[in-house]
Amino acid sequence: MTATVARLRRYGVRPAGAALVLWAAATVTFLALHLVPGDPVLVLLGGGSGANPTPETIAAIRHAYGLDQPLYAQYLHHIGRLVTGDLGVSTSLKEPVAGVITQQLPATIELTALALLFAWLLAGAVVLLSTGRGALGRALGSGLETVAAGLPHFWLGVVLLYVFAFRLGWFPVAGGTGIAGLVLPALTLAVPLAGYLGQVTRGALLTALEQPFVTSARLRGMSSAAVRARRALRHALLPPLTLSGWAVGALFSSEVVVESVFARQGIGRALLNAVLARDLPLVTGIVLLIAAVYVLVDLAVDLLHAVVDPRIRTPREL
Amino acid sequence: MPTPEKPVPPPASAQPVPLIHAGNLTVGFGGRTVVRGVSLTVHRGETLALVGESGSGKSVTARTLVGLTGPGARVRADRLEWEGEDVRAWSERRRRRIRGRGIGFVLQDALVSLDPLRPVGKEIEDALKLHAYGDRAARRARVREVMEQVAIPDPALRAAQYPHELSGGLRQRALIASALALDPPLLIADEPTTALDATVQAQILDLLAAARSRERGLLFITHDLAVVRRLADRVAVMRGGEIVEEGPVGHVLQDPQHAYTRHLLAADPALHPKGARLSAAPRPALPEPEGERPRGVVLAAEGLHKTYRGRTAVADVSFALAAGRTLGIVGESGSGKSTTARIALGLTRPDRGTVTLHGEEWSAPAEKARRHLRHHIQLVHQDPLSAFDPRWTVRRTLTDAVRLHRPGHRTPGPAEAAGRARELAAQVGLPADTLDRHPLHLSGGQRQRAALARALAPRPSVLVLDEPVSALDVSVQAQVLDLLAELQDAFGLAYLFISHDLGVVQHTSDDVLVMQDGWIVEAGPAAAVFAAPAHPHTRALLDAVRPLTPSGATR
Repeated sequence: MTATVARLRRYGVRPAGAALVLWAAATVTFLALHLVPGDPVLVLLGGGSGANPTPETIAAIRHAYGLDQPLYAQYLHHIGRLVTGDLGVSTSLKEPVAGVITQQLPATIELTALALLFAWLLAGAVVLLSTGRGALGRALGSGLETVAAGLPHFWLGVVLLYVFAFRLGWFPVAGGTGIAGLVLPALTLAVPLAGYLGQVTRGALLTALEQPFVTSARLRGMSSAAVRARRALRHALLPPLTLSGWAVGALFSSEVVVESVFARQGIGRALLNAVLARDLPLVTGIVLLIAAVYVLVDLAVDLLHAVVDPRIRTPREL
Repeated sequence: MPTPEKPVPPPASAQPVPLIHAGNLTVGFGGRTVVRGVSLTVHRGETLALVGESGSGKSVTARTLVGLTGPGARVRADRLEWEGEDVRAWSERRRRRIRGRGIGFVLQDALVSLDPLRPVGKEIEDALKLHAYGDRAARRARVREVMEQVAIPDPALRAAQYPHELSGGLRQRALIASALALDPPLLIADEPTTALDATVQAQILDLLAAARSRERGLLFITHDLAVVRRLADRVAVMRGGEIVEEGPVGHVLQDPQHAYTRHLLAADPALHPKGARLSAAPRPALPEPEGERPRGVVLAAEGLHKTYRGRTAVADVSFALAAGRTLGIVGESGSGKSTTARIALGLTRPDRGTVTLHGEEWSAPAEKARRHLRHHIQLVHQDPLSAFDPRWTVRRTLTDAVRLHRPGHRTPGPAEAAGRARELAAQVGLPADTLDRHPLHLSGGQRQRAALARALAPRPSVLVLDEPVSALDVSVQAQVLDLLAELQDAFGLAYLFISHDLGVVQHTSDDVLVMQDGWIVEAGPAAAVFAAPAHPHTRALLDAVRPLTPSGATR
C-alpha cells in the first residue's frame, strides 16, 4: 500500500503542481491588468486622450469584449477559455495569440540557450582557473564574480554595443541575423548570470575539495589538478544546476530589457508591447508560456540532478 | 669430503632494508608544531600500531609519510626513506608513483572517504587505472579478485553499487579493497575500525592481519588498546606530537615504562572491575549518602514489543532495574537497544508490554496522567553538543532545568535556582569558570559533565545513559566513568547503560542484557555473562574485542 502511495505521490504531485502554477499565473495576470488604473477601452481605441470616441462606440466595444460584465464573470470566462486551450486573439495586434507566440518564440529560445551556454562556460572557466592558485587567485575570481553578478543588463548591453559594435565593428549594432547578431545580447544576459553561477560553483568546489574522498583519490596517486577536474567538479555541479532552473525563468524576464536594447524580435519585446497596450490575451499567453517553461525546466533540472547524483536515484532504505 | 661452497648468506646482524623509515620528523602548521621529532620504521611482515588520543599527531604523521600532510604544512626530517631511498628530494610526480602502488592508505570514515557519486567498483579500480594496470578487462578481473579477498559477497553486484547503498562494514571493506588493489608492500590504515560494530570490527582486523601475513607491512593508527593487542607486533605511543614509548606490544602493554602509557592502560575499562577507579581525577564534592534514598526496583519492563513498518525493533524484552544498580544493554546497531531506551524513557509507546516506574504504570497512561513521574527518569546521550541550546550558557541551561515545573514540588526562585545550578556543577566536577561558557567552547568531557548536571537537576532516580562515553578519548572516558560511579554511590541512582563497547559495559554494569535483532539473547549478572557467555552471539561479541592470544594483563 505504501508503494502505491509513493508512486501516486511521485507521478501525481508534479502534474498537479504544474497545473497550480499555470492557474496562479493566469489569475495573477488577470488581476494585475484589471487593477491597473485607466480604462482598457480607451487604450483599445487608440491611445487615451488623442482620439475622441463617442459614448456609443465605447459601449459597443465594452460589450464586444465582455468588459461590461462583473469582474468574477469576466474571470470565469477568461479561465474557462484557457482551460479549453484557447489563448484568444490579441487585442492590439488583432492576431491569434498562439500565432504571435510561435512567431516570436524561436528568436527568444535561441537567445536564452546561447546565454545559458555562455554563462556556464564563463563561470566554469573562472572557477577552474582561479581555484588552486592560492588565496590571491581565489580572491580575484571571487571578486570578479561579485562584480559580474551586480551588473545591470541595460548598462552592460549599452557598453558591449559601444565597444564591440560601434568602436570595433565586430558585431552588428542592431538586429542582425544568425549568430553574429546573437552574440552581444547573449553575452549581456550571460555575464551577470555567470557571476551567480560562479559563486555557487566555487563554494561547492571548495567544499568538495575538503572532503576525505578527495584525499582518498590523492592517496591512490591522483594529481591535484586531476582531482579538481575529475572528482570535485562533479560535486560542484549540483548547486549551479539547481540555479540554472531559476536562471532560465530569470533570462526570459531579462530579455524584456535586452531585446529592447538590441532592437531584437522576441517574446520579451512582445510582452512589453502587450503590457503597454493592455492586451490581456497576449499578456496572459506569454505569462503562461513563461510559467510553462519554468515548470519544464524544473523537471529537466530534477532529471539531470539524478544523472549527476546517484543518491537521488535510489531512495534510501528505511 | 669437502663441501662445495655455498653462496654466503648476509650476516645475521645486517638489518633488511625497511619499507619506510622516518627519522626525527617534525611537522608544523602555521606557528603550531603538531609532530615533534618522531622516528619510526616499518619492515615487511611487520605491524606497527601508532596509539594516542585525539590531537596527538598520529594522523598527521601518517599523512606526512606519503607526502600529503595538507596545505600550509612545514615538514622537516633528518631522514625520510622509502625502501632505502631518500624521498625528500623526490618530485611530486615521483611521489605519486608510490601512492597507491607502494603504499595503500585507508582513511578513517569509509562513508566520506569513498566518493558518493561513483560506484565502489570504480573507486577500487582507481588505483589500477592511475598506475596503468593492464587493460579494461584485466582491471575488472582484479577488482573482482580484490573484492573477494576482502570478503565482499557478490562482488559483481556490489561493484556497481554506490557507497550509500552499502552497510558500514561493506563500505569499510570496499575502502580497504581500493587500497589493496595493487597489492602494495605497505598498508597504512587510520582508525580502520572506529565506528564499526564489534563483530564487523573483528572481521576487518582479521582482514588486515591476513594482509600482513603475506609479507606486507602494516602501519595502523588507533586509540583503542584492544585493537593494538589483537593486531600489532610493535606499538608506538604518541602524546602531544611525540612518541613517548615504543616497543614490542607484549612489553609495552604489560610493563609500560612511561607514565602516559601507564595512564592509558589504567584508563582502559575492560581491564578493571566495577568499583575500581580508572582516572586520577579529583573526586567532586558530593553530599554524604542521606537516609531517604530510593530502594528496591525503580524501573521494570515486562514483555515489551515494538514493530516499525513490519520490522521488529523490540521483541519480548523484560528487565528489572533496582536503585543503586546498573543494567547494561549491549548489542550492535539495529539490535533494538535504543528503541528499548526510548520505551523506558516514555518517548515511544510499546505495541505490547508494560513499563512501571516506581511501581506506577509508566508506558500506558496518557501523557497528562504520567507527567508527575517524568522527573524520575532522565537521559544522557552520546552527543551532548546537539542536546544543548548552542546560544545558552551552561549556567542558563542548568538554571532552566532546575526551574522546570514539577507537579507537587515548589519551583525554586531565581536566587535559589542559581545556587542549585552551582551545586550541580560542583557535583559533576565542572569548574566554576565553565558556567558562563557556551557548549561549543567546552571540551568533550566538560560537555558530558554538563549534560549529567542537567540530568541530575530534577533529582531523578533513574538515568538512561545512551552511549555516554563513546565520543570521548580514553582518559576522558575514564574520568566520566569514575564520575558516574561516584554519583551512583552518592544518590543511589539506577543506571540503564547502553553501549556497543563491551569493555565499558563490563566495567560499569551489575547486570547485563545482550540484544540481537530486537530479542534478548542473554541476560544475567555481568560477571557471569562475561566470564562464561552462554549464547553464541555473546561469544562472538566478546571474541571480537579480546586479543587473539590471551594476555595475562591486570585481569
